[in-house]
Amino acid sequence: MITDVAPIVTSRMGYDDSHTLERYLATGGYEGLRRAIALGAVAVREEVDKASLLGRGGAGFPAGRKWSMLRQADTSYLVVNGDESEPATFKDHLLVERDPHQVIEGAIIAAFALGVSQAFVFCRGEFALGLERLQQACNDAYAHGALGSRIFGSEFSLDLVVHPGAGAYICGEETALLESLEGKRGFPRIKPPYFPAAIGLYGAPTVVNNIETVSNLPWIVLHGGDRFAALGQGSSTGTRLFALSGRVERPGWYELEMSKTTFRDLVYDPSLGGGIRDGGELKAFIPGGVSAPWFGPDQIDLGLDQDAVGRAGSMLGSGSVVVMDHTTCAVRAAWRITRFFARESCGQCTPCREGSGWIEKIMRRIEEGNGREADLDLLMDACDNIAPGVSWPPQQTTICVLGPSIPSSVASGVRMFRDEFLLHVKEGACPMRAAR
Amino acid sequence: MAHLNEENLERARRLVAVYPEPRSALIPLCHLAQAQDGWLTPEAMEDVATLVGVTPAEVHGTATFYDMLHTEPVGRHVIAVCTNIACMLAGAYELLDHAEEHLGVSAGQTTSDGEFTIEEAECLAGCDAAPCVQVNHRFVGALDAASFDQLIEDLRSGMRAGEIPRHGILCRVERSVGLLAPGPTDGAGQHGAPAAEGTAP
Repeated sequence: MITDVAPIVTSRMGYDDSHTLERYLATGGYEGLRRAIALGAVAVREEVDKASLLGRGGAGFPAGRKWSMLRQADTSYLVVNGDESEPATFKDHLLVERDPHQVIEGAIIAAFALGVSQAFVFCRGEFALGLERLQQACNDAYAHGALGSRIFGSEFSLDLVVHPGAGAYICGEETALLESLEGKRGFPRIKPPYFPAAIGLYGAPTVVNNIETVSNLPWIVLHGGDRFAALGQGSSTGTRLFALSGRVERPGWYELEMSKTTFRDLVYDPSLGGGIRDGGELKAFIPGGVSAPWFGPDQIDLGLDQDAVGRAGSMLGSGSVVVMDHTTCAVRAAWRITRFFARESCGQCTPCREGSGWIEKIMRRIEEGNGREADLDLLMDACDNIAPGVSWPPQQTTICVLGPSIPSSVASGVRMFRDEFLLHVKEGACPMRAAR
Repeated sequence: MAHLNEENLERARRLVAVYPEPRSALIPLCHLAQAQDGWLTPEAMEDVATLVGVTPAEVHGTATFYDMLHTEPVGRHVIAVCTNIACMLAGAYELLDHAEEHLGVSAGQTTSDGEFTIEEAECLAGCDAAPCVQVNHRFVGALDAASFDQLIEDLRSGMRAGEIPRHGILCRVERSVGLLAPGPTDGAGQHGAPAAEGTAP
């Protein structure tokens, strides 16, 4: 069911000048921050707890709980994660480019609630225009009195630095992001500690929140956590920005009420995905970024709900849905995703570094028609070495979750489309080549 | 092409000052050096090293981790064609084949006149306009063979120079806001005057 809930994070997207301070102020901008300061930090944290806001980066961890883990110290930091690189995810790109002030205001509210005085927005380097707009918004926010000393005349002071990344998927992992922000190679840190809230940037306690997560904060503070929690159902509250791509008529971003809307609505409704491109047939879809196991057409009626998708054996992840149709070669799709992981593995852990490379090579030889029947078992064996049992959620043998994400697409391909893999071997060529 | 020029050295010092620890400015300074020369020259890496207090080898070792930082020369226009899943499903490999044929170089190579480098990119977060292409990290929309050829012609004639500036990130917007004086850690306060507050460009 598609509900007519007003958008929360995309309310300004209809304006050409949505990125400017003038438009932002004319549409309620920085009112959330003023209200937050009037309420006080404790009350803001209570509202965010009431909202049950789940982190929008991919792991779906409750934002309020993450905040509550921040270790007390003289110096602590807030880092906003805008290094969006999960393939097929493009929501943060939209938010920084089209509503950068909302990101800045959200970050200020988070910093106020946490009592930190230094914040960073780490934005993916490839978003050159987004970075310019974010920096301009930051400069304008200082001039407006929303950043710097004694914000809006209060006792609260905050400095914010817009920081550009330099192109590395792994820097979306929060400890790798902190390493990168410290000017180093983006190597994820050994756990424990599991959360930077204990030991983060420069060894100080640090909260890392996603761009979309903080973009919800102005609305939550203005309208109350209860109103946010009234949207969606169960643990999936509020709205969420979904990124739809692949073989659909209308790829794009859609902000939808959580849980109420189904994958079928998203893919087929004329106001959303508009159905499979060229009237084709749905073959499979990825429900939440390429780290997620695939679903078949039989799961199209699942709700866009974190728990429901988890119970069905995958994840809502970063909120990006990729649609494959009858012309899509399952081997080629899984190969391309594996190739991505092989390129982006940071190289610290053997199962990930070696496993991704070998799986990619085997997948490629199958796709090119040089595979063997035994390759299917070999693939699953390699997957098992990375994430023992190849189950969901995956077992972890590596420092971070990039490694255990590798088997998702390969195992999905082999399990759901075994015949198609075998046909590649038997025919010595890709049987779908003509269909493309 | 060599060391950072005076103007960029000054910008670099201001950038170092917005961070609690100088080394945090390493990647932004690499972007600045690339804005000047298009790539990270050994001389520029020496300057970055001096500015943030590490060795040139550490700058090189860090820079080579990141796709956007080039330790070899690249063309004036770096054309990145995404071939990841969403773009692949929209014909990205066919587009990349066309681009290579049209420019006479393979992905990873630069045309002999130094104008164009083609890169096969990972997902650029432009999947709603697939196959997604960037030039110097500016999105130029979903392209097909004909619109790719038109793009190349426009880039050659310079008619898109305003919209697609040279290399470098965050070089067209002033970055002088950031750190309150004095900084919260030992690293701050050692590198010149703190950044002025509230200075919109």
